[in-house]
Amino acid sequence: MTCDEAEILIHALIDNELDASHAREVEAHIAGCARCTAALADYRRMRDVMAKSDLRYTAPASLRQRIDAALPKAAPAPASNVQPLPSRRSLLRGFAMGSAVSALAATGLVAIVLRNDDQQMVESEIVSAHLRSLQPGHLIDVVSTDQHTVKPWFNGKLDVSPPVIDLTAQGFTLIGGRLDYVDARAIGAVVYKRRAHVINLFVAQTSNAARKPAKIETVQGFNIRRWSDRGLNYWAVSDIGADELAEFGDKFEAAVQNNKEG
Amino acid sequence: MPVNISQDMGQDSSQTDPERARRFREAALPHLDDVYTLARYLLRDASDAEDAVQECYLRALKHFDSYRGPAMKPWLFAILRNVCRAEYARRASAPATVLDDDTPETAEQTPMWHEEQQTPEAEMIRERDASAIRRIIDTLAEPFKETFVLREINNLSYREIADAVGAPVGTVMSRLARARAMLRTAWLAEQEQAK
Repeated sequence: MTCDEAEILIHALIDNELDASHAREVEAHIAGCARCTAALADYRRMRDVMAKSDLRYTAPASLRQRIDAALPKAAPAPASNVQPLPSRRSLLRGFAMGSAVSALAATGLVAIVLRNDDQQMVESEIVSAHLRSLQPGHLIDVVSTDQHTVKPWFNGKLDVSPPVIDLTAQGFTLIGGRLDYVDARAIGAVVYKRRAHVINLFVAQTSNAARKPAKIETVQGFNIRRWSDRGLNYWAVSDIGADELAEFGDKFEAAVQNNKEG
Repeated sequence: MPVNISQDMGQDSSQTDPERARRFREAALPHLDDVYTLARYLLRDASDAEDAVQECYLRALKHFDSYRGPAMKPWLFAILRNVCRAEYARRASAPATVLDDDTPETAEQTPMWHEEQQTPEAEMIRERDASAIRRIIDTLAEPFKETFVLREINNLSYREIADAVGAPVGTVMSRLARARAMLRTAWLAEQEQAK
């Protein structure tokens, strides 16, 4: 690989958009090139500083109100006073997924080197993050069994506020929270214990508000229960059995539901 | 992706369908801060950004029926870009006004973090860093700034950026490489000065 090629691909490497074999090629080039090594170090440092600075803007409340007022009002809620849950089908009508446009737009070279943004890749990263968390001293950034301590801790560290729910009474003890990185993005991890087993619940924002029911998969010997709800993706990872992990997920989802209604 | 903004603003029945409006709210309103952030970077003016975002949401609602993906965020960004382009055209024809870049933006902003344990000193450093970085980002030419902000601040993947700006992924990659290279130069110069 030449420096010219690396100059472009180094960014795809930083952004974790390269497939594994090209990532190795770029890394091999960088290892033998002082110029590219310096560039990579600078880019990584820039990204770190940017991640720590507050570069986003918050829309003024008045703007939110103006837009809200301009939208047609929803029908009055039924007398039962319970908000109807969005029907999944009606949501999906507006959200036909997939993007043929972007697939066509990708040029030859790019289509080959960029990794497939598929579920599998994310799940294997989730398992890696889970494994990393089990190293001594890596499990928890904020140690607390109190959900009112863990939840505010995430404020300002993520662009989402992960639901933090104590499930001690249901047999899953909240032990803390952690900031982790999956797919090169910051992601929240809420940590639970079941007997001696750790459960990491990873929470990330998704642009798709549609609810996706839970699926349990096994990746590298770990069970993952993944689901989506109200614009958040969840992955619960643990070495406990699939049935116990399903129980955890069900109880968590039920508690979230209760919180919304209560 | 085609975003067909037609001129007719007639109120057909679909415009007032409450079920449709509810779906639109749920899908689009969670991205308001993201859309506003991009507008602020593209227009460099708080009140122009507000107007552009409002216009963007009204257009998005109007075209919500024809929306078939990709993800919501790139779709909203694509609409916002069209709105901003109209604003550029208006500015180009209007008498030249000087945009006051140096106004501290923090005063009118609600900070995104509300941690009690943040000391005032730490907050000040954070705000100073942020405004220095914003200033450097603002020096980038339009297509580079846009790609950079979409990637680093709005957190889009390359494919989502390509969808939002209507360019091939290869173009996105080369713009991002240019943007980061220019920022690195400015960054190193700034650090050199600070010494």
